[in-house]
Amino acid sequence: MKSLDELAIIKESAQETLQIRYGKPGVLHKAHIMVCGGQGCISSKCAEVVDAIREALKKHNFSDHVKVVLTGCMGPCDMGPVAVVFPDAVFYRRLKPKDAEAIVLEHIIGGQPVTRLLYRVPGEKDPVPSMYDIELFKKQERIVLRNTLYIDPLSIEEYIGRDGYAALAKALTRMRPGEVVEEIKRSGLRGRGGAGFSTGMKWSFSAAAAGTPKYVVCNGDEGDPGAFMDRSVLEGDPHSVIEGMAICGRAIGAEQGYVYVRAEYPLAIERLEHAIRKAREFGLLGKDIFGTGFNFDIEIRIGAGAFVCGEETALLASVEGRRGEPRPRPPFPAIEGVFGKPTVINNVETWANIPAIIFKGADWFASIGTPKSKGTKVFALAGKITNTGIVEVPMGTTLREMVFDIGGGIPKKKEFKAVQTGGPSGGCIPARHLDTPIDYDSLGALGAIMGSGGMIVMDQDTCMVDIAKFFLEFCVDESCGKCSPCRIGTKRMHEILERISTGHGREGDIELLVELATTIKTTALCGLGQTAPNPVLSTIRYFRDEYEQHIRDHVCVAKVCDFANGDPDASE
Amino acid sequence: MNGCECTPTDAALVKGLARIIEPYRGQPNSLIQVLAKAQEYIGYLPKWVQVQVAEGLGLSLQEIYGVTTFYAFFSLIPRGRHKLSVCAGTACYVKGTKNVLKGVRDAIGIKPGQTTPDSRFTMEIVRCIGACGLAPAVIVNGKDVHGRLEAEQIPEILSLYE
Repeated sequence: MKSLDELAIIKESAQETLQIRYGKPGVLHKAHIMVCGGQGCISSKCAEVVDAIREALKKHNFSDHVKVVLTGCMGPCDMGPVAVVFPDAVFYRRLKPKDAEAIVLEHIIGGQPVTRLLYRVPGEKDPVPSMYDIELFKKQERIVLRNTLYIDPLSIEEYIGRDGYAALAKALTRMRPGEVVEEIKRSGLRGRGGAGFSTGMKWSFSAAAAGTPKYVVCNGDEGDPGAFMDRSVLEGDPHSVIEGMAICGRAIGAEQGYVYVRAEYPLAIERLEHAIRKAREFGLLGKDIFGTGFNFDIEIRIGAGAFVCGEETALLASVEGRRGEPRPRPPFPAIEGVFGKPTVINNVETWANIPAIIFKGADWFASIGTPKSKGTKVFALAGKITNTGIVEVPMGTTLREMVFDIGGGIPKKKEFKAVQTGGPSGGCIPARHLDTPIDYDSLGALGAIMGSGGMIVMDQDTCMVDIAKFFLEFCVDESCGKCSPCRIGTKRMHEILERISTGHGREGDIELLVELATTIKTTALCGLGQTAPNPVLSTIRYFRDEYEQHIRDHVCVAKVCDFANGDPDASE
Repeated sequence: MNGCECTPTDAALVKGLARIIEPYRGQPNSLIQVLAKAQEYIGYLPKWVQVQVAEGLGLSLQEIYGVTTFYAFFSLIPRGRHKLSVCAGTACYVKGTKNVLKGVRDAIGIKPGQTTPDSRFTMEIVRCIGACGLAPAVIVNGKDVHGRLEAEQIPEILSLYE
């Protein structure tokens, strides 16, 4: 693409297609049926539903009047397969292939939504037809997921129709590189991978660094168990990541980017490959983008199943084809990254924020969220909760709103016990802190972390000793073994938890756990080790009585731990 | 080494592997990509494959071995015809991964990382397959997801794969 005019032409024609999805009468179609193609819905066989809808449309000679689109993840995974019918934004859930006939006949042709397929608030009689009236969607603010419900992830035209690549155009033609960095700094965006470092600062270090060439890296090694936000972005809106990275390339003076994706995400890799190919075809990657002389291209690197590769220095080693072991910092990757050159490395969600910030401006972004945590955060809400799935909320939303309003509370009339954020590096937050606003600093003060966005709700049937053991076991498995605090320390902690949970705990074990945890936190080489003790520390902090019951009375109130068959030397 | 095949058994495989390596000849940075493709082609990474990759990319066998043993994705031993991945993401765990594992053990007698003697199944633990709404879940051969599982349903699901 050599000029802004070319982009404008594509945008205009795509907007004609898209306007029906904003509730306006369609130019080319009577309706668009958007079927969710996220992992949750794929698992509940959405492809068969799409086929059945197409079949029914054909049968009633309506194929030309209706466009059926398989989108990225819409969010409400446990209701899958879900679909939204535009222009009236009617939300259908738990679809089966046999429902296709009714949707086509009653809704598309007859004009009346199919009542039995509509969403209902649990315990209430009247259905809620419009997606915009459903609490789960109403409380959300979608920046990162701005496109996932509205576009076909395989269509670069539709992405452009939703202002895609306009931010890159702006960064290339109307801003100097320094201004781009300054804009990101001013927006207050912090890294969404979990640590929360200022993205703009990171960029400014690389921009000022002396080495060349420079690189831009996307961390898509989403490894937290129970987290699938990055996957939903890569699958549902891959161009937003590509555009974000290209903007950074312009800002710091890099011409090459790498996206590091887990091999376990084949669909994300496929969609991303497709998007990169299309972007090259359209001249939005490659040489002389928009005729400005700016060159930028992206390659995919496959992660091969090592949690530690989410740590940036380990990821860089892996990008170079080596064992993904971390190294001490400094030097930070911003100064010495891939191949020893200055490298900006950000998480998928961070990248997806960039085009929106450049397009709408830092002030707009900074107006959302809390004083120190700007913008929104995407969470994967799961566990003992009614609405599981992907949600995006403004920073500052409270945990209570998340669990009870958006998440719909705890199913089966069970009692809320804790919410776990930050995966194996995070902590469990008890009921008395439910009114805490979700931001980097408030969660940190509770001994948890923001993390990458996994949020697991636990009820009375979850044993906190067992869950601490679960996370620690994960870290023991995933420790790369390079530094001894992590390699040996987490193993020793795991052994202590093992004996507590099998009824062989000893007086002083809790103190020993805390002592080990504190040592590991201060001496481990990388983020994995430094945060591995967090789940243990936070459960001891809030549920110490449960530990004591296990040790002194051999009682597990949640009835999870099996004392009868316990073996203190079990090392499985 | 158990199950190690140090020499190739099939000349066609050697040629096929050479075609996979060719575009990356002399590019040690592409090691992980090449190994992933090689494993997809052969099914696992026996020693002869690692030797051929080492020669092609200009690396030592020791460097290849370091990488193949570091990443969980790579296997040095043959795997079963069907890959049974039990999700142990946190959502699945709190909703009963333990029961699923017990169900599998009761049905076909294997633990995570093991293969049945008849090479029908290999079971592994995976972190999160993004099907948290269907927890607890298993994914067979990387594509068929079975969710909301009770231990009793396991034999029926396994019977779908011969």
